[in-house]
Amino acid sequence: MNRIQKIFQNRSEKVIPFLTAGYPTKESAVEMVMAAEQAGAAMVELGMPFSDPLADGLIIQEASQIAIENGVNIKWILETVSNIRMQSEMPLVLMGYINPIIKYGVDKFIIDCKNAGVDGLIIPDLPPEEAEEIVKMAQNVGICIILLVAPNTSDERIQEISQMVGVLIYCVAILGITGGQGANENELKKYLKRVEKFSSCPFVVGFGIKERVDVIEINKMAHGAVVGSAIIEQLKNSDEPVKTIGDYIKKLTRGTE
Amino acid sequence: MPYNQPDSRGHFEEFGGKYVPETLIPAINELDRLYSEVKDDSAFQDELSSLLKHYSGRPTPLYFARRISEELGYNIYLKREDLNHTGAHKINNALGQILLAKRMGKTRIIAETGAGMHGVATATVAAQFGLECIVYMGVEDIQRQKLNVFKMNLLGAEVRPVSSGSKTLKDATNEAIRDWVTHVENTYYLIGSVVGPHPYPMMVRDFQSVIGRETKEQYKELLNIKSPNNEFPSPIPDILVACVGGGSNAIGMFYPFLEDEIRLVGVEAAGLGVKTNDHAATMTKGEFGVLHGSASYLLQTKDGQIKLPHSVSAGLDYPGVGPEHSYLKSAGRVEYVSATDEEAIQSFQWLSEKEGILPALESSHALAFLKQRDNNIQDGENVIVCLSGRGDKDVHTVADYLGKEI
Ligand SMILES: Cc1ncc(COP(=O)(O)O)c(C=O)c1O
Repeated sequence: MNRIQKIFQNRSEKVIPFLTAGYPTKESAVEMVMAAEQAGAAMVELGMPFSDPLADGLIIQEASQIAIENGVNIKWILETVSNIRMQSEMPLVLMGYINPIIKYGVDKFIIDCKNAGVDGLIIPDLPPEEAEEIVKMAQNVGICIILLVAPNTSDERIQEISQMVGVLIYCVAILGITGGQGANENELKKYLKRVEKFSSCPFVVGFGIKERVDVIEINKMAHGAVVGSAIIEQLKNSDEPVKTIGDYIKKLTRGTE
Repeated sequence: MPYNQPDSRGHFEEFGGKYVPETLIPAINELDRLYSEVKDDSAFQDELSSLLKHYSGRPTPLYFARRISEELGYNIYLKREDLNHTGAHKINNALGQILLAKRMGKTRIIAETGAGMHGVATATVAAQFGLECIVYMGVEDIQRQKLNVFKMNLLGAEVRPVSSGSKTLKDATNEAIRDWVTHVENTYYLIGSVVGPHPYPMMVRDFQSVIGRETKEQYKELLNIKSPNNEFPSPIPDILVACVGGGSNAIGMFYPFLEDEIRLVGVEAAGLGVKTNDHAATMTKGEFGVLHGSASYLLQTKDGQIKLPHSVSAGLDYPGVGPEHSYLKSAGRVEYVSATDEEAIQSFQWLSEKEGILPALESSHALAFLKQRDNNIQDGENVIVCLSGRGDKDVHTVADYLGKEI
């Protein structure tokens, strides 16, 4: 059983922070993930920066740009994951656009992810229509491809997508990009009820989640809350990224620093 | 061999596809369904034909350019897309797509633009149909295409400056897609070239194919060959030449000729030269990847980050290319070559002085091919160049380049 499957076996409140790998610095990367775990993160998503992130708002665009300027690439990210794996058994998911993966070589990428200790992949510009091959490749080595669903995804598609991936799906809370407004509460409730009914696997929710209250609400309706732009925003004005991450995630998991 | 790309999933072999966030899938699937309906719907096609004729002024002439033909020793014909309403081929596609947007009941139109020609064409049809229109444009392009920015404003469109990345067409396209993801329920994204997720590359190609269809007919008439029962095969020119940014005027010209025995040449922007870092020669220097919703050749770094392209011509300043062109290159059906900024500017002046026609800087790249020593055009051959647009918008750029003040 893969580390993601393990933690989603029982339903507990889960906070899943998103960090752009190598932002604000490459040196702080491992410690930031460790700080997230110590602050109560259930799983961490590491963003692989891309020059043209078309599902992301300004905050993540800027962080990606800085990470690229810092020299971050897939090779370095996988080395970082290996380093984290020496200290931690927390599930780790890489999130990134398909082009750098194609350039790296899809087959090689999947194998290297496995060897580094990556548990899952989120590729926002890879809908199920284009994902079949990579899903199979990943399943063969025990890595989950976590496909996305959106508020306008039909019931049948939710069913198909969840069956295709089997382990976990990611619900985009809003029609929109990262870093925007949170979802309308009633609409979100209706949408997640639909997902609950039609998904054959657990699901987490992201986009627009900022605070402890959001985390509590989301966890009532879903199996985990992903927090991205709100965290990256904290890092923007911080000289101590490791401490900032730890403090903010404690607020999200416990309500206090 | 019959040509029938793309397949039903929008793949031209390994190129094309639908690489978009899930949020956009319902919209592009709906568009795909609707388009396959209207493709064979005579009411839709009649409405479009009528608009192309009465609003845009089609058919555009196929003009024998006598003086440059005499100079070079072979016959050069210009397909005058510059004489369309709004001054470029872009209106062919804008009219087709606005009819689709209407049918889908969308009230808000968004577009990306580089040179501003597609932005102007979109603003024009949005005004004509009474729809709200927002055009994303890189701040660098806003600088070099001020005239078109003001035109869009006059037409009632809002031009939103984009200052991320290279501040040109690539970034305007990112921003348009982000807008589309956010407002997908009431918004139609009117893409300006044969790029983006399926069905756009196929649909825009079909709308632009009017260029090649007319050319075929007109060439026959020009050669004055009467074959009432089609007992003689149609005469076919020897070579077709078109510039390639995203590739819509080129594919529009080539598509009706793909099954014929004819040389097809696409000309990309070599900027300061393909050996430098400042060019937009995607086919010559690009590698396989995914950008803006489809798989194609791209200018990218060893880590798969998109490179900033360069061309003096805003409409060619794009690091990607339509997936069908990548397919046609890999299939060996179309030759892709490039022309530098310098060659394009010289060709701009050349056509102006010799034929009394100011070509767009984009189209000037296609013309530059005629002057290239290794172009392998034989004396007496018949060559048709797609003159995709007129050059009024570029006079400031040309003056700057030549160090002249207007
Ligand atoms: C006059 C003209 N020609 C060509 C192009 C390039 O586009 P495409 O390659 O899609 O024809 C543009 C784009 O702005 C243009 O304005």
